[in-house]
Amino acid sequence: MNAQLIQFAYLASAVLLIVGMRNLGSPKTAPRGNLIAAAGLLVAVVATLLVQGVVSYGTILAGIVVGSAIGVVLATRIQMTAMPQMVALLNGFGGGASALVASAELLSYVRVGEEPTGIVPLAIVLGVLIGGLTFTGSLVAFAKLQELVSGAAVVYPGQQFVNGLLALITLGLGAAMVMNPLGLDPYFGMVALALLLGVLLVIPIGGADMPVVISLLNSYSGLAACATGFVLGNAGLVISGSLVGASGIILTKIMCDAMNRSLGNVLFGAFGAVDQTVSAGASGGEQRTAKGYTPEDAAVIFSNARSCIIVPGYGMAVAQAQHAVRELSDLLESKDISVKFAIHPVAGRMPGHMNVLLAEADVPYENLVEMDQINSEFPETDVALVIGANDVVNPDARTDKGSPIYGMPILDVDRAQHVFVIKRSMNPGFAGVQNPLFFNDNTMMIFGDAKGVALKLVEAVRDLS
Amino acid sequence: MLDNPAAALTIFVLAIFVGFEVISKVPPLLHTPLMSGSNAISGITIVGAILAAGSEERTLSTVLGFVAIVFATINVVGGFLVTNRMLSMFKKKPDRA
Repeated sequence: MNAQLIQFAYLASAVLLIVGMRNLGSPKTAPRGNLIAAAGLLVAVVATLLVQGVVSYGTILAGIVVGSAIGVVLATRIQMTAMPQMVALLNGFGGGASALVASAELLSYVRVGEEPTGIVPLAIVLGVLIGGLTFTGSLVAFAKLQELVSGAAVVYPGQQFVNGLLALITLGLGAAMVMNPLGLDPYFGMVALALLLGVLLVIPIGGADMPVVISLLNSYSGLAACATGFVLGNAGLVISGSLVGASGIILTKIMCDAMNRSLGNVLFGAFGAVDQTVSAGASGGEQRTAKGYTPEDAAVIFSNARSCIIVPGYGMAVAQAQHAVRELSDLLESKDISVKFAIHPVAGRMPGHMNVLLAEADVPYENLVEMDQINSEFPETDVALVIGANDVVNPDARTDKGSPIYGMPILDVDRAQHVFVIKRSMNPGFAGVQNPLFFNDNTMMIFGDAKGVALKLVEAVRDLS
Repeated sequence: MLDNPAAALTIFVLAIFVGFEVISKVPPLLHTPLMSGSNAISGITIVGAILAAGSEERTLSTVLGFVAIVFATINVVGGFLVTNRMLSMFKKKPDRA
């Protein structure tokens, strides 16, 4: 096909991708948006197949068949609670593909003996570096989320120093690759380093900071695709890659803001490391015991309640409790109690995690309310029901300047008339700080697995009437 | 087409701005599908993979290109399918009585 026409096809593809992402902005249009974006990608693939010089269709087809089969299996088998791992894994494949493309281009330049010019050598460096570290970083994030390895932050002495040193070596190797684009030694060094950096940058990040990391890796996978666009001189790739890059950066910022922490603090602060020292000092050493109640006690209070706000957290996902929670909310609504769900931006392990789980359990999306909109409603609410959330409802974030989570925006559940907290044990949350909410006079702790307790609550509320 | 670095950078910078504009309008409700959907789009690198794998000769480059096609296709197909699966779950309240 005419090269000019192919460029037009890439333009059409970019337009479809942008329109598709625009449609992702509302639940009504989002399914259509996803299809439009997929069509955009299809246009780009078909156009590329028609590029002069692309001839070995057998190889290409084989790759697409294998990749599609794996993709279909992953996408249809994955449980909704495991979505963070799934996205991490897909990010990794995207980043890995970009690193491979940049490498393949470099090797062809070397084989032909022709030096790449202009921005291309730098783009190759960035493609290999960002793509490579996205690949291994995502695999580590996947392993942590899938609990193949401990989710806790891994720290070792001199960590910052080692990372700093590696960053300097990366810069050096990158410069060597740009100055001598056909020299393969710095390239191999760069590949090894990129893969190592991905691992080292993600291991010091603890479980509840995962939403930031996944967003960031998402952004990287886009930027890596963008870099390959510069390598190949392909505007379609540059546009689509930067869209994804921008999307990931925005989500990263939203997640950091929701924890009142800087990106640097999340990446290098090793929050949630096992040897946290703050955990001892912060609660002032005062030994207090929280009182445990039974689901029946809670049911009595529900019998006089008119309104309830449910606050889900990662504990709900772990216990796969979303369906039981929906059952409870239906039952309460049938007793003329208004039920809303308050969603903290960093609840769960990825942006929007709770929304997807509750949508899976058929909770209508109008009932899922963002933090800023629902906080003013807590004082007029009879019952706030916290299910497997901790740090996002810790009032110390508002009041205790010494607390590590001071300044983090929280859901003001303590201002409700009654607070029920379903929790497995009194273990402090991810931040390693005790939660004074649990000791408040209007708080009832109900210990147990989120799903089990939710089902017992359903029974108890039903029995009362 | 992008022989001129200035032209390439222009496209890059403008596309970033378009991305910011489009994405900031997506509500937190849909952040997970946004992420898996944009994730699938980053599989656009399949274009580069096809170019690398498609040449006639068998070289290390085409082998890398082949692996890149597999990776990128997993990313694209898995990403769009799982996004579709998630989005089909977001429902409105059944009509209020």
